[in-house]
Amino acid sequence: MNIKAVLLCNARIALFFAITGSALGQGVYLSPEAFLKNVFPEGVPKPHVLWLIGGIRKDATAIMGHELDELRVRYWIQKGRSAWILEEIGKEKPITAGIVINKGKIEQIKVLIYRESRGWEVRYGFFTEQFKGAQLQANRELDRPIDNISGATLSVNALTKLARLALSFHHHVAP
Amino acid sequence: MHNKHAVFTTTSLIALAVSGSALAQSDRDRIRHLENKVNILQQQINATADAVERSMPSEDRVSIGSYGELHYNHFENGDDNQIDFHRFILEFGYELSDAINFYSELEFEHAFSGGEAEEENPGEVELEQAFIDFALTGRTHAQGGLFLLPVGILNETHEPTTFYGVERNRVETEIIPTTWREAGGQLLGQIGATGLSYNLAVTSGLAVEPDEVDIPEGRQFVAEAPANDFAFTGRLKYTAIPGLELAATIQYQPDLSQEGGDGVNAAYLYESHVQWATGPFGLRALYARWDINGAAAEALNRDKPFGYYIEPAFKITPGLGIFARYARLQVVEDLTEEDITFGANYWPIPQVVLKADYQLRNTEQADDSTIDGDSFNLGLGYAF
Repeated sequence: MNIKAVLLCNARIALFFAITGSALGQGVYLSPEAFLKNVFPEGVPKPHVLWLIGGIRKDATAIMGHELDELRVRYWIQKGRSAWILEEIGKEKPITAGIVINKGKIEQIKVLIYRESRGWEVRYGFFTEQFKGAQLQANRELDRPIDNISGATLSVNALTKLARLALSFHHHVAP
Repeated sequence: MHNKHAVFTTTSLIALAVSGSALAQSDRDRIRHLENKVNILQQQINATADAVERSMPSEDRVSIGSYGELHYNHFENGDDNQIDFHRFILEFGYELSDAINFYSELEFEHAFSGGEAEEENPGEVELEQAFIDFALTGRTHAQGGLFLLPVGILNETHEPTTFYGVERNRVETEIIPTTWREAGGQLLGQIGATGLSYNLAVTSGLAVEPDEVDIPEGRQFVAEAPANDFAFTGRLKYTAIPGLELAATIQYQPDLSQEGGDGVNAAYLYESHVQWATGPFGLRALYARWDINGAAAEALNRDKPFGYYIEPAFKITPGLGIFARYARLQVVEDLTEEDITFGANYWPIPQVVLKADYQLRNTEQADDSTIDGDSFNLGLGYAF
């Protein structure tokens, strides 16, 4: 990636951080910038781009149950450990989650921005702990069931899909 | 001759070296040229992708949803078999700002409303919800408008894809009484990261007739409803263990009839429930009880209606579940109503459900007789 593309990438990321930072206190629990700093305490690597083409897009569509609008996804990777910031609609509004994959397994999943008035339980550790160590099976499902939260089924489904998506993406960038 | 050969060889070698060098230089120039072209193409592709992504519609502020249910009820006594599009709901929401949202639900029941005679006019058009939600902080919301009261399991979450059985259970429909919505204000939020959440609501209340003290009939649906007395509802819910929900609600209304001096006075509703789902196993259990003060309510033996049910379930596959439910209620003191229901739900996709169940229903009468209302029921439901 040449310097101009890197600068443009960083400008978009900065804009994203600025927007989400200004919304703090209204459903923004952790800014993407803070999330990445926690994941890479020795320095956040430059972002890479994964183009959603061919088999990558096919897998993503199968996992999400719908076509993705994005043409590409940014990710951060260091020593085989990747971090993804992905979004999916729960009941009515998108949930933004940060997901870290290490050695083909989920290391952590954090709800960064939650915009609905119900189903807030999915942002807490007592729910997201279930994903730790989860892997993707050949049928693109997780290798374990995720217990639901009553009244938050759609949010739980959205986070589960994002976990599967991050594992699928990681497989393509760090097989 | 020897010199000519040497000169020729030398000249040839020099020519070869020069041409080889020129060829290598040519290749290097060509490669450099191609690298520049690839860089330019990459920039063009990135710029095109940026432009496409910028032009994509931003997050839609409008949300639209729906759910509905078609029921077939076949009664063993042969009477009153029925097919009914029981409910059709349109949900509409709008994001007014980052922190303020509008939610609404419009409900049509029983497919047709508009005949002149009452028997031709089974349908109802109702506003089930219409409220504004204010996100005060990341953990606290305030709501104002017409909303569902925070009580029971089905009252707030009753899409057909979310519960077993064709019909909603009678404990919640006749004791709570689901679906129960009132108008007013509500504060709701999370207590730190404990997994505890609360609801505190001040709303319009029921207005029961003193000669009936019929709880479901006391709902006014915020339709030019009397507002002489308000109702105060509080709920505490615990959901820190995935798959488990424990909740308890108390409601107080200073005058359940909204008219003084008619023998129906203050009333309390107590409700608690547990929902647990882990792996293929599921369990629901609920208890609800009213304490209604006043001579009229006591004279009718309707001063302490209560009910409870327990419902274990098992998912044979993620899309096929079986259940059994035992429900017991007393709307009138000492007249017990019992339902034993068992059946199955099939979800071909999460948004659609096919249901079948058999229900054994016994209702005690004042003369010690029992009415059987056994039925076989089929249902089709959807929610998106």
